[in-house]
Amino acid sequence: MSNTLPDTYDKPMPPLNRDSKPFWDSMQEHAMRLQRCADCGKVRHYPRPVCDSCYSMEADWVRASGNGRVHSWTISHHAFHPGFLGNLPLMLLTVDLDEGVRICAQARDIVPEKLSVGMPVLLDYEDATDKLTLPVFRPA
Amino acid sequence: MSLKDKCAVTGVGETAYSKNSGKSVVALQMEASLKAIADAGLKPTDIDGVIPYGNLDVVAEEFITNLGIQDLRFSATTPLGGASCVAAIQAAVSALVTGVANHVLIPIGRNGSSGERIGARAADLPQFRTIGEFEMPSGNIAPPQIYAHMARRHMEMYGTTSRQLAEIAVTVRSNAILNDNAVMQKPMTIEDHQNSRMISDPLRLFDCCLESDGGAAVVISTTERAKDLAHKPIYIMGVAEGHPDSPSAITQRPDITTLGTAKAAPRAFGMAGVTPKDIDVAEIYDCFTYIVMCQLEDLGFCKKGEGGDFVSNGRIALDGELPINTHGGLLSQSHIIGMNHVCELVKQLRGTGGKAQVANAEVGLVTGYGDMGDGAVAIMRN
Repeated sequence: MSNTLPDTYDKPMPPLNRDSKPFWDSMQEHAMRLQRCADCGKVRHYPRPVCDSCYSMEADWVRASGNGRVHSWTISHHAFHPGFLGNLPLMLLTVDLDEGVRICAQARDIVPEKLSVGMPVLLDYEDATDKLTLPVFRPA
Repeated sequence: MSLKDKCAVTGVGETAYSKNSGKSVVALQMEASLKAIADAGLKPTDIDGVIPYGNLDVVAEEFITNLGIQDLRFSATTPLGGASCVAAIQAAVSALVTGVANHVLIPIGRNGSSGERIGARAADLPQFRTIGEFEMPSGNIAPPQIYAHMARRHMEMYGTTSRQLAEIAVTVRSNAILNDNAVMQKPMTIEDHQNSRMISDPLRLFDCCLESDGGAAVVISTTERAKDLAHKPIYIMGVAEGHPDSPSAITQRPDITTLGTAKAAPRAFGMAGVTPKDIDVAEIYDCFTYIVMCQLEDLGFCKKGEGGDFVSNGRIALDGELPINTHGGLLSQSHIIGMNHVCELVKQLRGTGGKAQVANAEVGLVTGYGDMGDGAVAIMRN
């Protein structure tokens, strides 16, 4: 797969972060894992050191089902970063995952007229570089 | 201990607002500060407290050096993005009432148009760290995009329309035209708004504020000292800041149509001992039309979901039930991070609002809104 990727990647890269490394590693495996409190079981996103329910700093990582529903969206017609000039219009979804957290990601194969709050969508993966895989959502 | 009426705004100062100031950011802030200090009838050396804007590179030391302050006794920053100016009033009042300082200067100023663009800077702010890691790589980068998710949700849940957002843009523009120090002077119609370029659906170009050059500052003093100064004091009746749930990521907020303003408003109104019905004029932070409507709901001027109807039919016009953004706001006067809103409220309550003066304005409200949902509210009277 990596040999089909462009030599130079011109979009923003996520800065390295020890708290979220397991998340990005799981994305590269095309198997998104979400951070979960090892003591009380509350799933949280974005990854961070402390559970705000029980204050435990112990966490494990659970595989996301990939099932979600559209919470909101925007369709951008202006590139706020030169790397996205070739991707306009850009359909961005805020999606409620079944696990109780949300993911913001681009939509694939969804026409604007079909968008609605609660629309079921399915998580998919796109390799942006050989070190970065981003989530996308397709119609369920 | 209540902070009600213990302090007052004693001086306001504004530079010319433009798209290209030709001046340094430090110069803009000093010019506005000197004007505010002179407006109060004070000398620069009377200032013993300063609250610089936390997200810019003009620090307290610059004010000591430029203003010749011999003994600065209080400095702080209030890093709430566009809510910083109003949140700084709360910090100033806290320092004044406890006797830490006597006259606190709150300066702001930048070259948001001719200098570094605002969007470029946002990505570097620590408040945007999680957005930077988890959303910017997918293309959710700038405020018009990340706030569009909020606006779209509001539209889907409550039936809010783009034409209702246009009412805000058109009203604020009509006020700017009455103001000689407003950048935008061309009349705007609802149709102009509807025909403006789509930036990030549902937000069009005319839903978005300006990026501007300029400086503005206020001086806050204890009521006791304010009585001897140049102008009738404008009393601070109530002031509060509020932070939303999940402040650093809108996507993870339980209700993305509610801002930190909803937490600040009951505290500010409670301290002031007034209700939204008592407000004669309101200067509402207007980085985007939608954010104005959402704040009006969170402030309690109408119920959640009713903002679209509230802003329609002339209610927010100069001769309406609740005149807003009498100076032209960030949308049409200038983006001075909301300090222009504070200055305008003081002018309205002094009765020096010029062609946009609201008749018999006695009690007014100003808000700040910043980053991804921080809110601040101040209620003042003459």
